[in-house]
Amino acid sequence: MDTIYALATAPGRSGVAVVRVSGPLAREACRQLAGDVPEPRRASLRRLHDDGVVLDQALVLVFPRGESFTGEDVVEFQTHGSPAVVSRLLTALSRRDGLRAAEAGEFTRRALENGRMSLSEVEGLADLLEAETEAQRVQAFRTFDGELGRQVSIWRADMVRAAALVEAGIDFADEEIPQDVRSEVEDILSRLVAEFRDEIRGVGAAERVRSGFEVAIVGPPNAGKSTLLNRLAGREAAITSEIAGTTRDIVEVRMDVDGLPVTFLDTAGLRETTDVVEAIGVGRALERANAADLRISLGDVADGLRMRPDDLVLVPKADLPGSSEGLRISGLTGEGVSDLLTHVSSVFGRRVGEAHLATRLRHGEMLSAAAGYLEEALSLLYRGEDRDELVAEAIRSGVRSMDGLVGRVGVEDVLGEIFSSFCIGK
Amino acid sequence: MKHDFDVIVVGGGHAGCEAAAAAVRAGARTALVTLRETDLGVMSCNPAIGGLGKGHLVREIDALDGLMGRIADQAGIQFRLLNRRKGPAVQGPRAQADRKLYRAAMNRAITSMPGLSLVLGEVAGLHITSHGIRGVRLADGSELASQAVVLTTGTFLNGLIHIGDMRSPGGRIGDRNSVDLASQIRDIGLGVGRLKTGTPPRLDGRTIDWDRLESQPGDEQPVMFSFLSRAPVARQISCGITHTNTATHDIIRENLSRSAMYGGHIEGVGPRYCPSIEDKVVRFAEKESHQIFLEPEGLDDHTIYPNGISTSLPEEVQAAYVHSIHGLENVQILQAGYAIEYDYVDPRGLDSRLAVKELSGLFLAGQINGTTGYEEAAAQGLVAGLNAARDATEKSPVTFARNESYIGVMIDDLVTQGVSEPYRMFTSRAEYRLSLRADNADQRLTPRAIELGITSDERTRAFREKLEELDTARTLLAGAEVTSRALNKAGFQVNVDGPKRSALEALALPEATAEQLEALVPEVALLDASILKQVQNDALYANYIARQERDVEALRRDEAWEIPEDFQYSLLSGLSNELRDKLERVRPRTLAQAGRIDGMTPAALTLILAHVRREVRRRA
Repeated sequence: MDTIYALATAPGRSGVAVVRVSGPLAREACRQLAGDVPEPRRASLRRLHDDGVVLDQALVLVFPRGESFTGEDVVEFQTHGSPAVVSRLLTALSRRDGLRAAEAGEFTRRALENGRMSLSEVEGLADLLEAETEAQRVQAFRTFDGELGRQVSIWRADMVRAAALVEAGIDFADEEIPQDVRSEVEDILSRLVAEFRDEIRGVGAAERVRSGFEVAIVGPPNAGKSTLLNRLAGREAAITSEIAGTTRDIVEVRMDVDGLPVTFLDTAGLRETTDVVEAIGVGRALERANAADLRISLGDVADGLRMRPDDLVLVPKADLPGSSEGLRISGLTGEGVSDLLTHVSSVFGRRVGEAHLATRLRHGEMLSAAAGYLEEALSLLYRGEDRDELVAEAIRSGVRSMDGLVGRVGVEDVLGEIFSSFCIGK
Repeated sequence: MKHDFDVIVVGGGHAGCEAAAAAVRAGARTALVTLRETDLGVMSCNPAIGGLGKGHLVREIDALDGLMGRIADQAGIQFRLLNRRKGPAVQGPRAQADRKLYRAAMNRAITSMPGLSLVLGEVAGLHITSHGIRGVRLADGSELASQAVVLTTGTFLNGLIHIGDMRSPGGRIGDRNSVDLASQIRDIGLGVGRLKTGTPPRLDGRTIDWDRLESQPGDEQPVMFSFLSRAPVARQISCGITHTNTATHDIIRENLSRSAMYGGHIEGVGPRYCPSIEDKVVRFAEKESHQIFLEPEGLDDHTIYPNGISTSLPEEVQAAYVHSIHGLENVQILQAGYAIEYDYVDPRGLDSRLAVKELSGLFLAGQINGTTGYEEAAAQGLVAGLNAARDATEKSPVTFARNESYIGVMIDDLVTQGVSEPYRMFTSRAEYRLSLRADNADQRLTPRAIELGITSDERTRAFREKLEELDTARTLLAGAEVTSRALNKAGFQVNVDGPKRSALEALALPEATAEQLEALVPEVALLDASILKQVQNDALYANYIARQERDVEALRRDEAWEIPEDFQYSLLSGLSNELRDKLERVRPRTLAQAGRIDGMTPAALTLILAHVRREVRRRA
């Protein structure tokens, strides 16, 4: 087993940088760099040396095997947050035999492999590390806590119960099985289908909580879209000018709106154009706006823009005299901006409420496969023919989907998906 | 060292006979050791073979050219295909068998088998050396040497018979038990547990009031077990049906404390699936009546086996409750019902050949492994006998997978899960049930048997002919196109505006029959009915099986992760002690098998996978 190391804090200039080393040679590396191995779990000040050169003065923290994050011997060097110091320390570590730079997620993977974390904890951790807003933190922590796993085992038990009732009629053909079991099977299955559908609806919202909601600001050229975006961002995120058609690419500003991650998109002005480059920008703007979670149209709704419930049409440039009636907004004066944010927050807040336990696309896929199978079982039951072996088969397939969801089968796939989202040093 | 035999089979029950016959077919010099010649093929419980799951096993035994199917066909006095109205995947052939005919047919098969020596005697112990097993020691002091031994001692290990509060040692009513062998098996270090099973009182058929009872005849078109049999040989009879009533239940309830089981005399665990009548009355207290099948034990035998009321109550209580049953008011009890308690070996100590992991050359099959039923025993006997022969003659092992046979399902269940109650086969245990049908057992297994050289010329020829017929039928049906309008007119459940279909697809339509098709495709009349039925069954499930194939892809990948034999579970720090113990005992071969262990969690699977992968990297 290799000993691995990586910078555990964000790269760049900072107050403190933490370099983490994990594996059988961690203590040896510590002895060589710091002169000795300090007492476990006690922050000790040491001068780090390499090749007779002092690297930095650092706090050294030692966690013994079995009592560390990864389960292995772990040493953490807390150095000054200088890119030069960090780079020199990483070089020093790389020169030692048996040490190598960690891959993305490798520390967590070792924690998992050594039984320090469960699969759902890892899944939740990946999200937790990415969490930027309160809604994301709450959702990630729920996963971290294994709530989905617990719910899946309840669903699975219900399906097994339904399957057992069907199987009894098959395998005990010569015995007198009560006739009313079919209605119990139907009850269980239709309840599960409803619950799955509910969860599946929530996956979209949960995905949004993870990846952020998108609000597209659209309208004719020079309607003040960029000015509004800048007002929202509180900084010069998009270039604004008086010349129509300035914004050809899509400018994104990511914000925290009442704990929700929201990305505002400033798009190219929508108008007929002969400029090839601008035409591409217009097409892209429409496409992106139609795919967004919410559309704010400044002025008349352009052709090709599909407005949906919750979308807003605002009267732009409310600061100019003589502007028409309606909900007014001005990026320049800030009029209507706070109302807009309140609207965005309440719309997305409501959608987040739909998110339950299933938070990933994979969860949604497995649940909708399971729901499909159970619906097939129900339709076979309703048809009233004696095709119990097919009913049982469909329920069994549903159980398999549950197993795939939590990694009871195909652990490999689940791991692959989870670790694909990790960054190095975690 | 000189060996008398390649393989010695201990026990002449269903597992023993099948084991010996399989060893002989596999080319081993084989001895079958049993107490008396009359023990061969004895049915000590109910006089019936087959049923759901069990019938599938018999078909598979037959497909591997084993004995049970053909013997049962010779002895069958009432044939019924269970679940006839359900789909073909869950239909199971079953037959009432005449005990004497069955025993006689088995006796003929065993004693006339070239290369098989029948040795009458009691096996007192195993001859074990540091290199593994070297033969057996008989009670008269003599020794028989062999390379491999198959133990099929049924319920005889420390057997204890209970009738009410009376108990006596014995393996079966009237037979001694095997105490010495039992202690030797405990010494090998195999986990040993206690199980029990019950029998009902046997009734004198001449004292049953048949005229007042419902009669259950056999099928009009009997379905045979063996792919080589065509029709029943023996005269066919009907069974009777009666029911317990509230008076019966009252008598049983009042005397529960005197039942061996409820009185606390038995420590073994009984089967949930064929519970004693005491069990039924207690567990299903709300039911006022339970069905009883009155099954004749033979054509010239007036003994009746009342299926459904096995018991360990005292004799006088048995008499009282039996007399409370409709039609049995004046019945004479010939033999009181009894419960038997016996040792079984934890099958998790076996590999998928049914060989003891810790002692080279020793194989176990049948009830000793915690199963119940003749069919389960015979199927294990076949696998153990075949592998003992291959082991002794230094050939590669033959194992069976869950996706190819019920035999594979059963053995994997046994060696992976162990047993907590007597293990009985059910169709629901087979996750690949739609493709593992009784009707295609030969196509699943006979090619392999032919390859292994364990089939007779007759079987090989018959099978090849059948394959050709199937091929012809499929080609014909796949080539013949019919319009939906024509199909609809002929009575098929299909929309008139539907697309054209091949005759094969038409057969897969709900409730389609060959007769309907004949009206449209006259050549169908030329096909053999059973061949046509088989093709139809395949077509019926084709879509489902294809879908299942896709679904189990992840499972197959898990199946490909092999766990090294010397894998150290003690190094996995995240495992619970309980799970670690289970893994140590079972030593699963693949990640998928590990996943089937009872109580396995995704987290534990992750740990195992992670370490296996690390191991693979290290060894690469």
